[in-house]
Amino acid sequence: MPATIRFAPYDVGRWFVWATTAVMFAVLPLIFTKGFAITLLSQMGIMIVFALSYNMLFGQGGMLSFGHAVYSGLGAFFAIHALNWAGAGKIWLPVSLVPLVGGVFGALFGVLFGYVTTKKAGTPFAMITLGIGEMVFAASLMFPGFFGGEGGVSGNRVIGDPLLGVSFGPGIEVYYLIAVWCFGCMVAMFAFAQTPLGRISNAVRDNPERAEFIGYSAQRVRFLVLIVAAFFAGISGGLSAINFEIVTAENVSALRSGGVLLATFIGGAMFFFGPVLGAVIFVFFVVALSEYTKAWQFYLGVFFVLMVMYAPGGVASLVLINLRVMKYRLFARLRDPYAGVLLSALVLLVGVAMVVEMSYHLTLGASTGSTLKLFGFGVDSAAPEVWLLASGIVVAGALSFDAMRRYFAREWEAVQADIEEKIRREAGL
Amino acid sequence: MEFVVISLLNGISYGLLLFMLASGFTLIFSMMGVLNFAHASFYMLGAYFGYQISTWLGFWPALFVAPLLVGAAGALVERYGLRRVHKSGHVPELLFTFGLSYIIVELVQIVWGRAAVPYQVPPELQGPLFTVFTTTFPAYRAFMMLIAVLMLVAIWLMLTRTRIGLVIQASLTHPGMAEALGHNVPRVYMLTFGGGTALAGLAGVIGGNAYVTEPSMAALVGAIIFVVTVVGGMGSLAGAFVASLLIGLMQTFAIGLDWSPVGLLGRLGIEITPETFLYALWSLKLSQVAPVLPYLLLVMILVFRPRGLMGTREG
Repeated sequence: MPATIRFAPYDVGRWFVWATTAVMFAVLPLIFTKGFAITLLSQMGIMIVFALSYNMLFGQGGMLSFGHAVYSGLGAFFAIHALNWAGAGKIWLPVSLVPLVGGVFGALFGVLFGYVTTKKAGTPFAMITLGIGEMVFAASLMFPGFFGGEGGVSGNRVIGDPLLGVSFGPGIEVYYLIAVWCFGCMVAMFAFAQTPLGRISNAVRDNPERAEFIGYSAQRVRFLVLIVAAFFAGISGGLSAINFEIVTAENVSALRSGGVLLATFIGGAMFFFGPVLGAVIFVFFVVALSEYTKAWQFYLGVFFVLMVMYAPGGVASLVLINLRVMKYRLFARLRDPYAGVLLSALVLLVGVAMVVEMSYHLTLGASTGSTLKLFGFGVDSAAPEVWLLASGIVVAGALSFDAMRRYFAREWEAVQADIEEKIRREAGL
Repeated sequence: MEFVVISLLNGISYGLLLFMLASGFTLIFSMMGVLNFAHASFYMLGAYFGYQISTWLGFWPALFVAPLLVGAAGALVERYGLRRVHKSGHVPELLFTFGLSYIIVELVQIVWGRAAVPYQVPPELQGPLFTVFTTTFPAYRAFMMLIAVLMLVAIWLMLTRTRIGLVIQASLTHPGMAEALGHNVPRVYMLTFGGGTALAGLAGVIGGNAYVTEPSMAALVGAIIFVVTVVGGMGSLAGAFVASLLIGLMQTFAIGLDWSPVGLLGRLGIEITPETFLYALWSLKLSQVAPVLPYLLLVMILVFRPRGLMGTREG
């Protein structure tokens, strides 16, 4: 009997990461128990699914889409109608399966629109998706019967008898529903990336011509990947329908499509876990920061542009490159430069935030008087000395940041050179 | 007849305004390969600058100063932003302009607030130019058309008859060779970007008071520019011209027409009642569908003629 030796290494690291993620999903709402924290976490879960599905196109398939909200939004509309029908007793459907309805309809529209859009790649693809997105948005206002016009369609997620005491009324129960779906989708999308189709979509991204030469139709691959991505986008739409109990035309708008692009890019499109980080940061900007300042979109835009200019790999790449430094035990040398850069950046940020907040207050909040609350202090935005102080902080911050940046860059280069040297020595033994 | 003439004139003036935007967009795209997502934002900046300067100095100085300021802003963006991103490829460039459009909208709101500003047509150009049957045609519309045509001629002369135009054309097709002959190609890029955004600024100055100057004006016209460029053929100026007029006319005519499939089929003797399947679809009037038409045209063009009306390259 011929003996086959099978060697399948048990990837401890991977299991550890996934287990930690699962534990985080379970434990986080027990630590942050406030209602606001729960809504924040729920929206993060929805956004993670949405951003990961977007990254199937953008990061893994090389398709820059400006209309991904079409699939999540249309999925959300069908999900909320399904929820309402289930509530009226017209169909049998448990609330926990409503996201699946969104996913199925998202995929159906993926088949319909993807057939047109995936004929192209690259820049034309981006423009067509933009056009389709605008078309669906304009059309959604034309059919008030289905889309509910300006007011949207609202629903009620508490339907039928509670199953095992779960009625999905309280926010925490919805959070756990979202968490389960989100974790499931994360695993599924990670698994998809390992399938032959997922792999060949990477090939089509990198070199469509060679993918065609080994017998794969680049267009077919793009089409299939888009359908799968639209399915997961639809699930995220279904989850948002349950979470907010209302779906409006805004769900299919260009704003939503742009948002998911921002989230994915900020997180890092080249890594699977990048969009997860991006979704968390993005929801933090949109939901948490918008509680405190009207200027959150300005900060988000500036943050995005800075990322495009200085860290095109996103937050994920920054994390990984620092982990590499730690792995070679050289992080101690970067501690002081980091402290300097971060401190001076903080000063600069405080100055810029002061200027921006006071300007916003002068133009938009003039009716409430010229005083606004800034970092816990009452500040008179009409007083010239405050402006002088703010511009002083900006200048001081900018000057020290520039000096610290040079210092940091010098040390960073030195550390990277040392790491390269170590790698070379290890390879050469 | 009256409706046709007036719609024709309005459609052409709107189409020419679109072309002022699309021409700069196309120039930038064919030259640098950059899809300038922020192009409509520069159009908006032009309108706001035009408004601000016209309150200080009057409309006529604003007509010249505001586009120059917008062009300078565009050149600075290219020099200190885009050029840095250029080495990472076209997608980061696109994303850069995408992020820029967010920032410009917010900056405009910081300075001028969220409501529309009262940007008025100058008194010399108020009032009707002539009357067709019973409808009057505003003098300002004619002025817009005049400016657009002048601009069109000026661009064409500059690109084909001047030295800098020839250098631009050379850098467009053979950047390496132009550089080897001693031309500063990055500076030509900067000038092109500045020039393209200045054209958008000019469109903003004359479009802002004909329509409404508000923070959402960029988003309203932004997607249409993309449609014009794709329909006309990526990178083709002549195509952009034809497509601008086509879309301008299409939208103007569609808004004024109340045709719907119900009425059409009713004439053919087919009764459609609210009980009929998909009644919402059959009862749609052309005027209601108007906002979707450009995008529908875009999809049709992509399905049946992917390189656009006058495009030379595919994909």
